Amino acid sequence: MSKNNPQKLYEDIKKKAQNMFKSRQEKPLVMVGTATCGLAAGAMQVKEDFLREIKDKGLDAEVIEVGCIGHCYAEPLAIIAKPGFSPVCYGYLDEGLVHRLVEDFLAGDDPSYEYAMAALERNDEFPTFEDFPRGVYEEKLILEHCGFSDFSKIESYIAWDGYSALAKALSDEPGHVLEEVKNANLRGRGGAGFPAGVKWEACLKNGGEEKYVICNGDEGDPGAFMDRSVLESDPHLVIEGMIICAYAIGARQGYLYIRAEYPRAVEHTLKAIEQAREKGLLGNSILGTDFSFDLDVFQGSGAFICGEATALVNSMEGKIGMPESRPPRLVQRGFRARPTVLNNVKTFAYVPLIINKGADWFKSIGTDESPGTAVFSLVGKINNTGLVEVPMGISLRQLIEEVGDGLPEGCEFKAVQIGGPSGGCLPESSLDVPIDFDSLHEAGAIMGSGGLVVMDQEDCMVSVARYFLEFTQHESCGKCTFCRLGTKHMLDILTDITRGEGDLETLQLLKELGEDVRDGSLCNLGRTAPNPVLTTLRYFYEEYKAHVEEGRCPALVCRDLILYYIKPAKCSKLCNVCVGSCPTEAIYTREDGLKAIDQDKCVKCDNCRKACPTEYDAVLRLSPPVLPGEKERKVK
Amino acid sequence: MSEEVTITIDDQSIKTQRGEKLLWVALENNIFIPHLCAIKDESRPNASCRLCFVEIEGQDKPVTACSKEVENAMVVKTRSPHIDRLVKTGFELILSDHNLKCRECPANRDCALQMIAKKRGLKLKCDRFKPLEREYELDDSPAEFAFDRSRCVLCGQCVWADRVEAEIGAIGFTGRGINRVVTTFKDLPLADSICTECKLCVDACPVGALYYKHNQKA
Ligand SMILES: Cc1cc2nc3c(=O)[nH]c(=O)nc-3n(C[C@H](O)[C@H](O)[C@H](O)COP(=O)(O)O)c2cc1C
Ligand code: SF4
Ligand code: SF4
Ligand code: SF4
Ligand code: SF4
Ligand code: FES
Ligand code: FES
Repeated sequence: MSKNNPQKLYEDIKKKAQNMFKSRQEKPLVMVGTATCGLAAGAMQVKEDFLREIKDKGLDAEVIEVGCIGHCYAEPLAIIAKPGFSPVCYGYLDEGLVHRLVEDFLAGDDPSYEYAMAALERNDEFPTFEDFPRGVYEEKLILEHCGFSDFSKIESYIAWDGYSALAKALSDEPGHVLEEVKNANLRGRGGAGFPAGVKWEACLKNGGEEKYVICNGDEGDPGAFMDRSVLESDPHLVIEGMIICAYAIGARQGYLYIRAEYPRAVEHTLKAIEQAREKGLLGNSILGTDFSFDLDVFQGSGAFICGEATALVNSMEGKIGMPESRPPRLVQRGFRARPTVLNNVKTFAYVPLIINKGADWFKSIGTDESPGTAVFSLVGKINNTGLVEVPMGISLRQLIEEVGDGLPEGCEFKAVQIGGPSGGCLPESSLDVPIDFDSLHEAGAIMGSGGLVVMDQEDCMVSVARYFLEFTQHESCGKCTFCRLGTKHMLDILTDITRGEGDLETLQLLKELGEDVRDGSLCNLGRTAPNPVLTTLRYFYEEYKAHVEEGRCPALVCRDLILYYIKPAKCSKLCNVCVGSCPTEAIYTREDGLKAIDQDKCVKCDNCRKACPTEYDAVLRLSPPVLPGEKERKVK
Repeated sequence: MSEEVTITIDDQSIKTQRGEKLLWVALENNIFIPHLCAIKDESRPNASCRLCFVEIEGQDKPVTACSKEVENAMVVKTRSPHIDRLVKTGFELILSDHNLKCRECPANRDCALQMIAKKRGLKLKCDRFKPLEREYELDDSPAEFAFDRSRCVLCGQCVWADRVEAEIGAIGFTGRGINRVVTTFKDLPLADSICTECKLCVDACPVGALYYKHNQKA
C-alpha cells in the first residue's frame, strides 16, 4: 500500500540522529530538570550556576534542560553524564553543591557519591533508582525517558528508537494496527478506562472521509500534573501515538487540547510538532507513504468541565464549553460533527510501546482486566512526593508504604483520596484493594487523573469532602438541575456540618442527595462530584456523627468546633513567646504569670500553638469548644 | 427512510417511527412524563431539567426520555421507585431556587410546575432543602410583558423561541454554575436590547417568569 519503504526511510533518520548524539557523548553533559516542578524549586538558577561554574573553570561540558524524572521531593535535580562514568543523579541542588560537583566531578574525576541520589546505569559503585525500595515496584513505560531525554531535540527521541513504532505501523495494514491496540486492551487513562481500541474501531466504522484525532490535555484536577509532565518531558511519545491512531482509523487532522496555563507543555508540543514535520514524520506523505496527517495545538481555557469530552469539543468549536447529552458519542458525532477519537495524553503515550513490543507484552504487565501501568502523583502526608508509574494491580498499601516510603514520622494513616475531586476517600481497611479501574470503582473511588493524597489524623474527613465539593460545585457549568443546584445544597449542608449544625437526619439527607446527584446529573462532572462525600460518609460516618451530635471535630480542624486553650499546668512563667505571635492580642498574662487566651478576641489562627516551644506544648485545641471547668455550662 | 417500530410504554403497545424521541411518543399517546426543557424540533436536546426520567428494560439506571431515541421492541416504564425518587429530588431542587408564591403569580393555574406536582403527587413546597431565596431585578421594560427571573426554571424554551422561531437572538444563557441566567447581551433591559417584543418567548415560557402584564396579579 505504501510507495516507499517507511522502515528504510526511518533507519536513515535514526542513523543521523544517533550520529548527532555520538558527538555529544564525547563530552560531559549536565541535564537539569526544568519541568514545572523543577522550575518551582529553582531549576533555572541551578542551570545558570552550572553554566557559570563550567565557564569559570574553562571546561568543555554541555548543560541542557530535561523534563521531570518523578522524584519531585528532591528538586532541583540534575543528572551528570561524563564519559567513563555511569550517569549520576543529584538532588536538592543549590549553588554550593553545584560548585562542588563542577569542581570534583566535571573538573576532577570524583563523582561525589555522598551527594548523589542514584546512578542511572547498573555499576559496581553506586545504587541505581531501581535499587530504591520503590524501584522494586516501579515499572516505567510511558515515563521511561521523562527527565532523561532532551525534549527540545527530536533526535534525542529518535536516538532512543522513537518513531520506530510509527515506521513499523506504516509498513503494516491499518487494520492490523487497530487489531493490536484492541488486543492489548489499552484502557483510557483519562479516568473512565474505556478500551481505546474499541473506541477507535467504532470511529473507523462510522466512516466518512473526515475524522479527527484529539488528545485531551486539559488536566483540570487540582494537584494533577502527570499529563503536563509527559507533554513537557516527552512530547514526541504522545505525538507518535496520535499519528499511529490516525493511521489506524484514517484521520488526516488531529489536535492536542492543552490548557493555556501549561505554557511549557504548549511550547514543547508545538516545537515537537514542527520538528516532526521537518523530518517527514508528520504532514504530507509521512515517511514517504501515501498517508498524510497533521497536528495542531488548541489552547484551552483550562476550565475543569472543558476536559469532559463533549464540552471539550464545544469549546474547540468556539462555543461555550458545556457538556451535551450523550449519545451521540464523539465517535459518531464529534469535532465539526465528524467522527472523532478523543483520548487522554497517557493513553496515546502507550500506543507506540504497544506497536513496538506487541499486545502480549503489554498484557503481561498489570492485571487481566487493566493491563499496563498506572501513573500517580503522590502528595500529602507521604515521604516521597512525586510522579510514580507502577503496574496495575499492586495494592494501595504497597503504593503508599513501599513506593511512597510511607508517612512522615508522627503521622498516622487515616485515609487516601484517589482520583481528584471526582474520586473517593478510602480508609485503612481498603488499603489492600488492588489498583485497577474496576476494583477502585467498586470501593467507591476512581482511578481518575491519578492524583493520590495521603491523609493522617490531622485531616478532618468532613472538611476534606467539603473541600472537594467546593471545587466541583464551583466548576459546575450550571446546565443541569442536579449538578447546578444539587451540588450547591450538598455544599451548604456540609458547611453546616463543619459548624456542628444538623443531626442524623441531615447526614441521611446528604447521602440521599449525593446519590441522586450521582444518578441524575447530565455529565460525569455531576455524576462523580458526590464521590468524596459518599465515600467519607460510608467509611468515616463516626466522624460526621461527632460533628453533628457532639459538636466535636475529632481531627481538631473545623474552626467553629474548636477553641484554643493554654493549659496552666504546662505553661511557664518564664516564657511569653505566644503573646507576640497573636495577631489580635488575645493572649494575656494572668496574675500568677501564666498566659491565658481571651476567647472573645481569639480568631483561631493557630499561631500561638505553633509558637509555643515544644518543651512546654502548652497551647491545646479543644473540641467541642468547651473550656475546662466550664463543662456544665452549655457553649454554643 | 422512516421505519415503523413498536414499543411498549407502561404496558401500552405503541407504533411509532424509529428515531423518534421517547418523550414525544409518550406525550402524543397521552402518557405523561414530567418535562420542562424538551423542545420537539431540537435534534440535540439539552436534557438539562432532568425530570423526564424513565426506565428501559435491560438498562440498570433511569434515562431521560427527551434524549432517548425509540428502538423496536423497547419496553419502557414511566414510574418506579428509582424514577420517582429522582423526579422528586429534581423537582424539589428546582423549587429551592424558585420564588414560590403561586397566588401572586401570573401563571397560577396554567403552570408546568403545578401540572407536574399534580400529576406526580408532589408537593409544591421545598421541604428538604433550604430555599436559596435569591433576588433579581424585575425587567418590565417591554410594553406588554415582563421578565421575573426569580420564577425562571432555566428551561430554555424562551431562548429557542427567540432564536429559532423569531430568529432574533435577543436572549440567551450566560453565567456558570449557580449563576446561570437567561439574559440579553450585556444584561440590558429587554427594551434596550435588539428584542422586537414579538412575544414568542412569552408564549413559550411554561411558568410565570416571562408573562403578560395584563395577567399580572395586583
Ligand atoms: C468534568 C470532567 C473533566 C474531565 N477532564 C479530563 C481531563 O482533564 N483529561 C482527560 O483526559 N479526560 C478528562 N475527562 C474524561 C473525558 O471526558 C474523556 O473520557 C477522556 O478524555 C477520554 O480519553 P481516555 O479514554 O483516553 O481516557 C473529564 C471528564 C469529566 C466529566
Ligand atoms: S489562636 Fe491565634 S488568635 Fe487565638 S490566641 Fe492563639 S495566636 Fe491568638
Ligand atoms: S411559576 Fe408556577 S409554581 Fe411558580 S409561582 Fe408561578 S404558578 Fe407557582
Ligand atoms: S419578544 Fe423579544 S426576546 Fe422574546 S422572542 Fe421576541 S424578540 Fe426575542
Ligand atoms: S424565562 Fe421561562 S422559558 Fe425562559 S428559561 Fe426561564 S422559565 Fe424557561
Ligand atoms: S457540569 Fe454542567 S451541570 Fe454539571
Ligand atoms: S425534558 Fe428531558 S431533561 Fe428536561
